[in-house]
Amino acid sequence: MFRFILKRLALLFPTVFGVVTLVFFMIALTPGDPARVMLGERASEKQLTELRQQLGLDKPLAQQYGLYLKRIVKLDFGRSIRSGQKVADDIRTYFPATIELTIFAMIIASLLGIWIGVLSATHKNTWIDVGSMMGALVGVSMPIFWLALVMIMIFSVGLDLFPTGSRMNVRFFFQPHTNFYLIDTFPYLFKGHPEYFLSALHHLVLPSVCLATIPLAIIARTTRSSLLEVLKQDYIKTVRSAGVKERRVIFRYALRNALLPVITVIGLQFGYLLSGAVLTETIFAWPGIGKWLYTAIQARDYPAVQGGIIVISTSFILINLLVDLLYSLINPKIRLS
Amino acid sequence: MSSAAAKETAKALPKDHPLAELFYQIRHNRSASIGLFIILFFILVALLDPLIAPHDPITQDISMRKTAPLTAGYVLGSDDLGRDILSRIIYGSRISMLIGVVAVGIAILFGSLIGIVSAYYGGVVDTVIMRLIDIMLAFPFIILTIIIVSIMGPSLFNAMVAIGISQVPQYARLVRASVLAEKENDYVTAERSLGTGDLELMFRSILPNCLAPVSVQATLGIGSAILESAALSFLGLGAQPPTPEWGLMISDGKEFITNAWWIVTMPGIATLLAVLGFNLLGDGLRDILDPRLKD
Repeated sequence: MFRFILKRLALLFPTVFGVVTLVFFMIALTPGDPARVMLGERASEKQLTELRQQLGLDKPLAQQYGLYLKRIVKLDFGRSIRSGQKVADDIRTYFPATIELTIFAMIIASLLGIWIGVLSATHKNTWIDVGSMMGALVGVSMPIFWLALVMIMIFSVGLDLFPTGSRMNVRFFFQPHTNFYLIDTFPYLFKGHPEYFLSALHHLVLPSVCLATIPLAIIARTTRSSLLEVLKQDYIKTVRSAGVKERRVIFRYALRNALLPVITVIGLQFGYLLSGAVLTETIFAWPGIGKWLYTAIQARDYPAVQGGIIVISTSFILINLLVDLLYSLINPKIRLS
Repeated sequence: MSSAAAKETAKALPKDHPLAELFYQIRHNRSASIGLFIILFFILVALLDPLIAPHDPITQDISMRKTAPLTAGYVLGSDDLGRDILSRIIYGSRISMLIGVVAVGIAILFGSLIGIVSAYYGGVVDTVIMRLIDIMLAFPFIILTIIIVSIMGPSLFNAMVAIGISQVPQYARLVRASVLAEKENDYVTAERSLGTGDLELMFRSILPNCLAPVSVQATLGIGSAILESAALSFLGLGAQPPTPEWGLMISDGKEFITNAWWIVTMPGIATLLAVLGFNLLGDGLRDILDPRLKD
């Protein structure tokens, strides 16, 4: 077990190093002069030379790569071309918005998904099962940006139930510290300003429900098939023949084992959402890292693109690692070997 | 092959021929047959588009802007430039089918090549290739396609290539896993001892036996390629106006959600149906090919 953890940790470094290297060469090999792209067609030769010097683009590629690695190790991603801000500061502002949205979406997806999956498995081949599995299939077949627009049409434009755009009522004078709005506004619940927290929550509903759709469908399908697999096993027959009530068979004996693959799926989906929120964030004008990175790519803001991709990919790798470790911790079969 | 000869072969297909068997099973699997039906419907629409479309998909008719659905001549309504939405969806089905097949084709071609070389040679080759694949998988999928497209410039063709490239790792892993299992078989050892060359052994003997899981993945992959190309077009990185691409149509309509809901809604439903078809067939095929997973 200990060796397994060490081995997985040791594999972490080459992968992160590979991502960092790939990001460098992807941008270095992009056709065209980055300085020209960043400054536009009308930039003077002097400005171009200055920017090249500032970015180190006048040095040979190998030396550029060495300097780049040195900076990355110190977590220095340089300054954004557009805003002039440090990229690391920008990430600290935008990433929490995405993490908050993702966690909220994953809570919705996991709870509902597991519940629907259990219901389908215990009512196998009834209309509940067929209906929810059909619903799950429709869920994974939908263009997510389309669903977002349809939800805005129905719940914002039509019924006027939920706001769209931004993370809180813009008229509030509220200064976030951590940029996790639910955490930042929580103390105000007891300081006479409950509207801060409620507004943040209110703004979170539509985007997170939209983002939760695909993971919800996948979790429901995985839970169902995994639970059905477990229910076929001998120990369940034994428990049943001992006269244990069906509810207890499911929740006490079967579900615990059936949830093992579900946990892996939840972790994977969590990783995907962190990066895949680009579309949802764009439509709901959610100031998260996906939208930020997308505009950075469009503007060829290379330092921001590099920093953003490295941070997102590394968190994706870390989440996968965590899931693997968690899985081995709770799976008795792996723990023993 | 002449048609007479083709008929001969078709007749000669015995009942237990693998293909005949597969069709029999698809017909008796509910989700596979519904999926196949939807896909064939869209392929038919894609092939017949100039014949069945009531209007030209590009020509604008300002006098008919934002016509509501179920108006005479505009069953699904018209968009903000007076173009018939049904006709644009019909023409768009050709584009979406093409994107799906080409993108997945690229992914299968390079993916299986990488997978088989990696598994067949093993050792250092395998380790290096699989590490590279891991790195590619660590890249967020959608970000990877966005980067590839913005390097190559936004166009429908580049979007296809980008989606194809981003799907390569899946097929590489899948083929590698099946080849690893397959190459332990006695027939491989036998052929090798008969002096069969590496290339022939890899591509003529082993690869065809590893294609079953690939066919499931490919069917599901076409669905996700259609979704991704719609997403790229929606972001302005895929098809360019006035192409009747579904994602682009949704993007065109997003400014009018307050007064013309159908411009966004209709192409979305078309996309949903097409992708649903591939997902149903893919699920069905998986049940057929791997009965252990069946529930």
